[in-house]
Amino acid sequence: MTFAHLPALEVVVPLIAAPLTVLIRRSAPAWAIAAAACSFSFVAALLLAAEVAAHGPISYHLGSWAPPWGIEYRVDALSAFVLVLVSGMATVTVPYAWRSIAAELPRDQVYLFYTMFCLCLAGLLGMTITGDAFNLFVFMEIGSLSSYVLIALGRDRRAQYASYQYLVLGTIGATFYVIGIGILYLATGTLNIADLAQRLQHVENLRPVLAGLAFITVGVSLKLALYPLHLWLPNAYTYAPSAVTAFLAATATKVSVYVLLRFYFSVFGLHLVSVTLPMPEILLVLSIVAIVSASLVALYQTDLKRLFAYSSVAQIGYITLGMSLTSRAGLTASVVHLFNHGITKGALFLLLGGVALRAGRTGLDRVHGLGRAMPLTSLGIVIAGLSLIGVPGTAGFVSKWYLVLAAIEAGRWWLAAFVVATSLIAVAYVWRFVEAAYLSEPDERTPEPGEAPLAMLLPAWLLVAACVYFGFDTSYTVEAARRAALLLLGAAQ
Amino acid sequence: MRGFLVLRVVAKLLMPFMLLFALYVQFHGDFSPGGGFQAGVIFAATVIFYALIFGLPAARQLVPEALVETMVALGVLVYAGVGVAGLLLGGNYLDYFVLAHSPVHGQERGIFWVEVGVAITVSGVMLKIFYMFAGRQRSAEDE
Repeated sequence: MTFAHLPALEVVVPLIAAPLTVLIRRSAPAWAIAAAACSFSFVAALLLAAEVAAHGPISYHLGSWAPPWGIEYRVDALSAFVLVLVSGMATVTVPYAWRSIAAELPRDQVYLFYTMFCLCLAGLLGMTITGDAFNLFVFMEIGSLSSYVLIALGRDRRAQYASYQYLVLGTIGATFYVIGIGILYLATGTLNIADLAQRLQHVENLRPVLAGLAFITVGVSLKLALYPLHLWLPNAYTYAPSAVTAFLAATATKVSVYVLLRFYFSVFGLHLVSVTLPMPEILLVLSIVAIVSASLVALYQTDLKRLFAYSSVAQIGYITLGMSLTSRAGLTASVVHLFNHGITKGALFLLLGGVALRAGRTGLDRVHGLGRAMPLTSLGIVIAGLSLIGVPGTAGFVSKWYLVLAAIEAGRWWLAAFVVATSLIAVAYVWRFVEAAYLSEPDERTPEPGEAPLAMLLPAWLLVAACVYFGFDTSYTVEAARRAALLLLGAAQ
Repeated sequence: MRGFLVLRVVAKLLMPFMLLFALYVQFHGDFSPGGGFQAGVIFAATVIFYALIFGLPAARQLVPEALVETMVALGVLVYAGVGVAGLLLGGNYLDYFVLAHSPVHGQERGIFWVEVGVAITVSGVMLKIFYMFAGRQRSAEDE
């Protein structure tokens, strides 16, 4: 009986955990509640993914109102995959937060951190699982509002400015999204995503639909930090508490990518997006600019967190690049990279949190000789950095490989060459860390020899290990991505 | 405001009616405009009114911060609890049909408790915001 209700419980358990942590008002029990809720969501996501793989999509009717009237939760190959990523990252981050947040936040605010974390998780999971376009907006707001608070909790006072910047842009994004939904509702009279897709095919006057598509594209692109709408991201990632940066970098933008995929392929359909409008071409150009410019900007950063934040903008470019090919191979690459980049960036930011704890900051001038002072942390950053570059034997290689294959399949050799060439810029910015950590002598700003606490090192290394593991065993990730791509293209035709 | 006897007396006279009106808006929300959000705001407005006349410390004594924070969380829990109750009674999440012997009564009971949850959280959040803004002014004056 419980199993049938897993789609609802997936979101409801973290949602209920959030007010519970407020009621308890103490940090240790709040942490335990958050950890339990995140682990539950993760297990539930894994079970749902297994169920979807075996028996096809699951539809759950909230309040027993049948769709399209009621709100439907829908788990299919794509959303199950994203659910696993999001809840898995949360489950890794919460044990890490125990020490990391205690060091970065005043004691009386720690339990509120877990409240916001649970709410953010519930919002992101809800965005992924819901089959209702307006419900998606509600969860988007839950996830966004809590992430503004999470970012503002950073020790640096600039965190509040960063959070405010994200609040303004994120709110514009959400508003644009809801305007788009409003227009689609006027054109079709439904909010259910599957029903929207069906009814849109019979809409005669396409102009409002195209306006809706434009609004949704801009709104969601703001949330996913597509170039040139990425301006909120570097500050937010740099000044947020380490655990928050790691969690948001690995999940928040990825869920927005999921929303864009869902709307382009499941709702509007390939014909509308690529024939009526030149969306793939626009995405292609923006992705290329994102990859080149953000990678180049990353090269000149003096702070490691900011460096990898810009690298995130570039990596999102690879994800949208795969999307813009609109082929099976392209979408597979896109979805695989969504997952692989999530764990890679998660690992990097978790490790950087350890550096921040020991060195006070994550500036490149603080990590001279870090290879000797914190050997495990440095090694982890290098391995995750290799995955970011796409070196064979790491998760990053798998996604770049499929991206190159997709480009060749589309007959765009220059694009394949471009993907390989831009990886070299990633080599350059990862090298800057290697140079500082391994080839420079320690100076007075280097932290004393000694690793980050085990509670922080273990979760981080778990993700580093995942980066390597998914570089060799691609059966889970690529298989799931392939099914997701098939689903998206199946719905699009 | 210590000197303004008329204000203090009138305020004390008005407040029970304001609270009663909040309850009316809450429970008559099924049949007329109103509901949990509006009732919660009116309830919070009563306390804010009290704070304006008798001062913030008095209001903090009447409705302590800890209670306000509890209310914020409790309302959400009541709302979510209705959903869980639906689950436990064999329906889907937020299923009101199973909450009573007949579906119509079930719907009524479900929405009743949901609105109670909304009222509690809304009034809690309103008061929290008021306390935070009012308290900020105060600490600036102290410096």
